[in-house]
Amino acid sequence: MTEPVLSVKNLIVDFPFHNTNFRAVNDISFDIMPGEVVGVVGESGAGKSMTGSAVIGLIERPGRITSGEILLKGQRIDNLPEADRAKLRGKRIGMVFQDPLTSLNPLYTIGRQLIETIRTHLPLSEEQARQRAIDLLTEAGIPKAADRIDAYPHQFSGGMRQRVVIALAIAAGPELIIADEPTSALDVSVQAQIIKVLKELCSNHGAAVMLITHDMGVIAQTADRMVVMHQGKIVETGTVGDIIRRPREPYTVKLINSIPTIASDRSGAPASAPANDDGAFVQIKGLVRDFELGGGSFTKVFKSKTEIFRAVSDVSFSIQKGKTYGLVGESGSGKSTCAKMIVGLIRPTEGKILVDGHDVWAGGAGERERRKRVQMIFQDPYASLNPRWRVADIIAEPMRTLGIATNKGEVEGRVADLLNKVRLDPSVMRKFPHEFSGGQRQRIAIARALSSQPEFIVCDEPTSALDVSVQAQVLDLMRALQDEFGLTYLLISHNLAVVRQMSSAVGVLHNGVLVESGPTDDIFDNPQADYTRMLLDAVPDISKVA
Amino acid sequence: MLAFVVRRLLQSVIVMLVVAFIAFLVFRYVGDPVTSMLGQDSTIADHEELRERLGLNQPFYIQFYHFVTNALQGQFGISYRLQQPVAKLIMERLPATIELALASATIALVGGVVMGIYTALRPRAFTSGVIMTASLIGVSLPTFLIGIGLIYVFAVELKVLPSFGRGTVTDIGWWRTGLLTESGLRSLILPAITLSLFQLTLIMRLVRAEMLEVLRTDYIRFARARGLSTRAINFGHALRNTMVPVITITGLQLGSVIAFAIITETVFQWPGVGSLFVNSVQVVDVPVMAAYLVFVALVFVVINLFVDILYFIVDPRLRDGVRSGK
Repeated sequence: MTEPVLSVKNLIVDFPFHNTNFRAVNDISFDIMPGEVVGVVGESGAGKSMTGSAVIGLIERPGRITSGEILLKGQRIDNLPEADRAKLRGKRIGMVFQDPLTSLNPLYTIGRQLIETIRTHLPLSEEQARQRAIDLLTEAGIPKAADRIDAYPHQFSGGMRQRVVIALAIAAGPELIIADEPTSALDVSVQAQIIKVLKELCSNHGAAVMLITHDMGVIAQTADRMVVMHQGKIVETGTVGDIIRRPREPYTVKLINSIPTIASDRSGAPASAPANDDGAFVQIKGLVRDFELGGGSFTKVFKSKTEIFRAVSDVSFSIQKGKTYGLVGESGSGKSTCAKMIVGLIRPTEGKILVDGHDVWAGGAGERERRKRVQMIFQDPYASLNPRWRVADIIAEPMRTLGIATNKGEVEGRVADLLNKVRLDPSVMRKFPHEFSGGQRQRIAIARALSSQPEFIVCDEPTSALDVSVQAQVLDLMRALQDEFGLTYLLISHNLAVVRQMSSAVGVLHNGVLVESGPTDDIFDNPQADYTRMLLDAVPDISKVA
Repeated sequence: MLAFVVRRLLQSVIVMLVVAFIAFLVFRYVGDPVTSMLGQDSTIADHEELRERLGLNQPFYIQFYHFVTNALQGQFGISYRLQQPVAKLIMERLPATIELALASATIALVGGVVMGIYTALRPRAFTSGVIMTASLIGVSLPTFLIGIGLIYVFAVELKVLPSFGRGTVTDIGWWRTGLLTESGLRSLILPAITLSLFQLTLIMRLVRAEMLEVLRTDYIRFARARGLSTRAINFGHALRNTMVPVITITGLQLGSVIAFAIITETVFQWPGVGSLFVNSVQVVDVPVMAAYLVFVALVFVVINLFVDILYFIVDPRLRDGVRSGK
């Protein structure tokens, strides 16, 4: 029996506050064998990232390890003095963070950051370190690494930056890599590549991986064994196949069941083909949006022609009343630009948007109609609610502005009614947004959207910021409200599984062009466009577990 | 890069023209220059003749054109009070102001950055607490009070430093410097400290706040996770990122140190541009005031230009931003 690379025994991490104590990690034990990929899965606040921070010794104050042991190759490391622990970081334990856009120092070239790291740990000359840096970048899949080594981080895309981050993490040949949500900030197609790079590089260099993620699909594709965490405790440990096929603990079962999968045969949503486009409730015709690139007044005066970036190019689709149309695509594909044009936030360069036959961009009259009929739910429920306003005021604002209800008692009655509708207790209307969890906030955002009694709601990534179990609840709520009020949804998401579950028709957007549009089942089961096929193949799915 | 500088220069020219226009309006319409120059007991014929000679009966835009072309050649007219060319007066006093400003900017910059870094890296240390409290005093006390306090302690009570003037000065060409003699240097100490104190506390608090912010970012965490030394992280990675916003504020502050050293110069009877301005205001010496206005604007425009170029050097994102026009 070989010795484990990492052995965590009865680890407890506490965050003492004034007179209370928050136990972030509660008595957990697990081992990672050499060359093994262990997935740590759980929802936000489960203590997974904290476990990673504890292992590498980067817990932020006032948190501290209260008891337990962390052993690296049999040697105890949690009680080492800080100077000795610092020597382990990078050299024997590497780390990859979630957001590649913020993980690199923006002011230095990636080469400089790599060489700095390599020379801190290995006795190499500047020249040798540079050569090693180029080799690492090539290995991580950066094309023309020798040319690009002197580029700055902002000159790379998100996926490329994450490759650089991985190259940095393995630069000194550590035995263990802690990857904390390494792909959560990336598009699905990029995500698949990054997982591949991470896995390959680590196996080439013989490093074990502790993969922290909320995405069971990523773990299913990558890890050998997995650890399920909930509220600081380990709920279940086992091989990935065992846990996904035969989860024993109720929490794990709940977690797995709440994951939407693109292969699922959907229970409720009807797959009616759009009968006749002209009768559709929402019609988008030839939508185009150009952005002018660059140049202030100076360039405009001295250059007759400015560069134009076409964010949305001739997009047309229609939505039947009471149905959901899903719009999918990667970041930068123009999904959100479409949403903003439809709700009237940015003016289309060309094209028409008709809601129930009214053009939303038809001057003052169109604007009044639009405000009443069209509402929007945003991605981040932490940023979309005014933190200084009480819930009652947030929900009542659209009614007051549109003059639906002015009398105080009436407004209050309606707000209470709306809170009931989104399954929140009406007594919460006196509270402020920060007193709610992410899922509850998104319910408040939905109640606000319903407040003007709209017929059409544009949902821009409504569940992307939420945990899977919360996501399932919010989606259920949206479906129930659709049935109750006959709402029409435009659902924008990069999550194909969510779109498959919710919508009756789908459009796939790529570089501003609608590459495919049609009934959901047709597109998912029988994709015509290459891009759609590529997108579907890239989705990590727990049903693909070997 | 070049396009950027050219664009900035063009913008600067526009700013300077606007300021020159305001200065011209002040010069032309605050009081009647002819009456000011000739005094009360002159004949109408004298007035007409002077008006003709000075070109004051020409149309408005031609006068403005002359004002600008003269200003470009460094001619701002003749001071009513001292009966000397304004440009000469300013040039005579400029070295004093610049030496004072540079000395105090150096104190503010070095002291502010060092103390800012120290208090950010050791937020809990006792010394940091002392510095932070003292800095509150620095921000809240008015400059003249600090000046008078320093004079009282070091000149009146301890009698170690002079309380006014520049001491012995040496001429190097047209530049009259006080930096080469001991008495000149000793005279510089108190006014420079007085002038720098506010900027010092401001820079210190700014550096501290920015540095604390930067130390919380992901790339600093990642730098730790890569095992870089604390030194490399704090001074290699964190400091440079801290400097980006600090440069802006510091640049503007340096501008105001040069332009608005008026109070300090008055308290210490420092023979600089500021005290020239104060004396001119008292007797409505309009040409000097107009020239001073243009001078202050020029200082700010030049400093802004330098700040922008410095930004370019420090932050690679801007270089690309301009190149690709995003």
